[in-house]
Amino acid sequence: MSKEPESLSEKGRSRRNFLIATTAVGGSLLIGFALPKFLDSKGIEAPGYPDMAESEDLAFSPNAFIRIDQEGVVTLIMSKAEMGQGTFTSIPMLIAEELGVDLTKVKLEQAPADDKLYADPILGSQVTGGSTSIRGAWEPMRHAGAVARTLLVTAASKQWNTGIDQCYVENGYVLNKGSDEKLAYGELVATAATLPVPDKVVLKDPKEFTLIGKPVRRLDSPEKVNGHATYGIDVRLPNMKVATVAMSPVLGGKLISVDDSKALSIKGVHQIVKLEDTVAVIADHMWAAKQGLAALAIKWDGGRNSELDMKDIVEQLDQASRNAGRAAPGVVARSDGDFNSAFDKAPLKHEAVYQVPFLSHAAIEPMNATVHVQKDRCDIWVGTQVPTLAKAGAIGITNLPPDRVFVHNHQIGGGFGRRLDVDFINQAVSIAKQVDYPVKVIWTREEDMQHGIYRPYYYDRLAAGLDKDGKLVAWSHRVTGSSIMSRWVPQLVVNGLDPDAVEVAKDPLYAPANIRVEYVRQEPPGIVTGWWRGVGATHNTFMVESFIDELAHKAGKDPLQYRLALLDKSPRAKKVLEIAAEKAGWGSALPTGSGRGLSVQHAFGTYVAQVAELEVGDEGVRVKRVVCVVDCGMVVNPDHVKAQMEGGINFGISGAMWGEITLKDGKVEQSNFDNYRVLRMNEAPIIEVHLVTNAEAPGGIGEPGTAAIAPALTNAIFAASGKRIRKLPIANNLETV
Amino acid sequence: MIELNVNGKNHDLDVAEDTPILWALRDVIGMTGTKFGCGRALCGACTIHLDGAPTRSCITPVSLARGKKVTTIEAVGESEVGKRVQQAWLELDVVQCGYCQSGQIMAASALLAQNSNPSDADIDNAMAGNICRCGTYPRIKAAIKQAAKSKA
Repeated sequence: MSKEPESLSEKGRSRRNFLIATTAVGGSLLIGFALPKFLDSKGIEAPGYPDMAESEDLAFSPNAFIRIDQEGVVTLIMSKAEMGQGTFTSIPMLIAEELGVDLTKVKLEQAPADDKLYADPILGSQVTGGSTSIRGAWEPMRHAGAVARTLLVTAASKQWNTGIDQCYVENGYVLNKGSDEKLAYGELVATAATLPVPDKVVLKDPKEFTLIGKPVRRLDSPEKVNGHATYGIDVRLPNMKVATVAMSPVLGGKLISVDDSKALSIKGVHQIVKLEDTVAVIADHMWAAKQGLAALAIKWDGGRNSELDMKDIVEQLDQASRNAGRAAPGVVARSDGDFNSAFDKAPLKHEAVYQVPFLSHAAIEPMNATVHVQKDRCDIWVGTQVPTLAKAGAIGITNLPPDRVFVHNHQIGGGFGRRLDVDFINQAVSIAKQVDYPVKVIWTREEDMQHGIYRPYYYDRLAAGLDKDGKLVAWSHRVTGSSIMSRWVPQLVVNGLDPDAVEVAKDPLYAPANIRVEYVRQEPPGIVTGWWRGVGATHNTFMVESFIDELAHKAGKDPLQYRLALLDKSPRAKKVLEIAAEKAGWGSALPTGSGRGLSVQHAFGTYVAQVAELEVGDEGVRVKRVVCVVDCGMVVNPDHVKAQMEGGINFGISGAMWGEITLKDGKVEQSNFDNYRVLRMNEAPIIEVHLVTNAEAPGGIGEPGTAAIAPALTNAIFAASGKRIRKLPIANNLETV
Repeated sequence: MIELNVNGKNHDLDVAEDTPILWALRDVIGMTGTKFGCGRALCGACTIHLDGAPTRSCITPVSLARGKKVTTIEAVGESEVGKRVQQAWLELDVVQCGYCQSGQIMAASALLAQNSNPSDADIDNAMAGNICRCGTYPRIKAAIKQAAKSKA
């Protein structure tokens, strides 16, 4: 298709509902935004501060952007945060597959905070999370690469006065099939930028992929191996000071007074800043700040949560979850057939209560943010999964206009969902507002652990009816706990139903004709709850896969066969389970005290089956081996899938074995890695990951591994010892090595 | 004033003698490759070498480094063992978020410098102090074994 060329005076700018191409200062080809580097939106150089282009008034554009300068340097602007899950490699792979550049030579830049340009198509905003990055980027990023390639090829074809079909791309060059000629991208960008953006581009046939589907090495590995990667906590700026904070030990408490006389006389301590519930000690370096903090005499008012204990919290959940006289107290998430009637008639009945605790994220990089609030601008340097939420928070606190607030995103030293919240960033902005220099606020591990945004405590009731042959005929699951979405994205909670709270619970793979799933919202006083890797699937897969295991044993059937018989409607689930069982040697003999446990899950668009093998010995539970089979449809980078399964499983083992945040007198009892135990090298199992390859739509991989592992462990413990664990963590029920 | 020798270079630091080496490195000298994770030698992210010995810099005061050689992640690749370790880390794509990996590499390099052919149990013992929340343990172990077998 051909288009009339745009007027040259507009430099090829065309406003459409997708990508635009425009010429930036210096004659680069920019696709997607227009402002040049090194200047802020008023055209003022920001001395010492990293460049951060802001958006103009543009039509909607997909996520990542491409910039090619006249030297042929290709820069890809990353709209997805990198927190280990591999977006800084996989997203470039999608673009480069179509663009035809050498990945080892591209530069990567963090995108500025801009929902208009960088909103994820699935999530609707500039958010990294929910295992959505590949699913959201799969088509748009290839499209972005293809548009750039098409413009470069068209430019070359004009220069050679030959047909577009005579040109092809390779490693940053356009080559002429009919001759030896080739042109580097750098030589073509000036012309390409004047050409009209094509409405349609042809994407490669997957059979022709040279990058996608290959285990391309991570682009961010070298700097993470040589110590030069810059996380938020590593930012250094002229005149910057370092602060650490004490927050009210009782959750929700307030600051009454601070005696800072001793602190101020400590070498290196500069200033004390007070907020409603926080004291910050600002110093030349972190050690001085910590010394200063220790020298403060602080009076807190704990407030109404001062006597809060786990007993109260759990009792409230228990009460809320009770079904008084069959009238359902919860919001119905699903109701097919007639559960009550089918259950009443069933010759075999089984009921169970399952509980999972509050969990901390405990990433090794503690919460931190560096902020400089000036009269006319606010700069934030941080690692965040939500740059636009960070920006919005700072706008609210500083009352600066949006185009004067800049979020400089960084690699994250472990996200797991914690960086979906901006509480610590808002706090740093509030502190920085009281001083006139840049301040880096770092939470100690203790403050990080005790002021987390925890995975909620869930208290669930499951019931099932089986026929005389043990076949499942009725299933009921009532989920009780906090509604994260009501705080985080309330517009998605319709008629009181939080879709995250019932994820997987609402559509278990085994759903019989009579099924009832309900949600009861019960908020824990004083505790802010949030997203923890695997979110709804993590607690509900534990419930569902444990309960179906109990039913299998009740029916006197093998847990594998029992599940397979119920999976005819889910061939992909059946397949991963069959392969996992085979690879794990299901049914083969194990020494006394050892056992295998299964789980199978469909969540995040991905099917996962796991078989955990462990031993329950004199020293306690030791997880020896986990076999994991994953079907995530089209795979961008198979090594990433393996890595996310390995890592996700290990993260989930930590949570299931030991993870627990408890309150006493309104204070979180855990404080560091000695009393919030996590998996270490000597406890980590052998993990074998098998990928099922097919041409189905890509599924997410960041979370499924974590979400499926807990029931595989508890089912294995049952097989090994006869002990059924319905309340995590495992360590509260059994010794662990 | 205290003098610290870091990666072969001397630094004069105007800090209290009980300042942990970690903060002298990160905040005073400005070398941020060594990481803060827990402040109590529970996570291993702060691991450096003090005269070649793996040391948790978050609890080791600068006074104990007087007259000794501090090696950090930024320079461990200058040793033959360190280079082999980093090479193995790259070949196996060990890292995910990467935040713990400076400490992991320093601990692994110290292990291999002292034990050129470690068993699984040796590796577990030497590396149990280094937490990885991303769970890259299988790859760390494989990379250590690969580095043990390789030549720089």
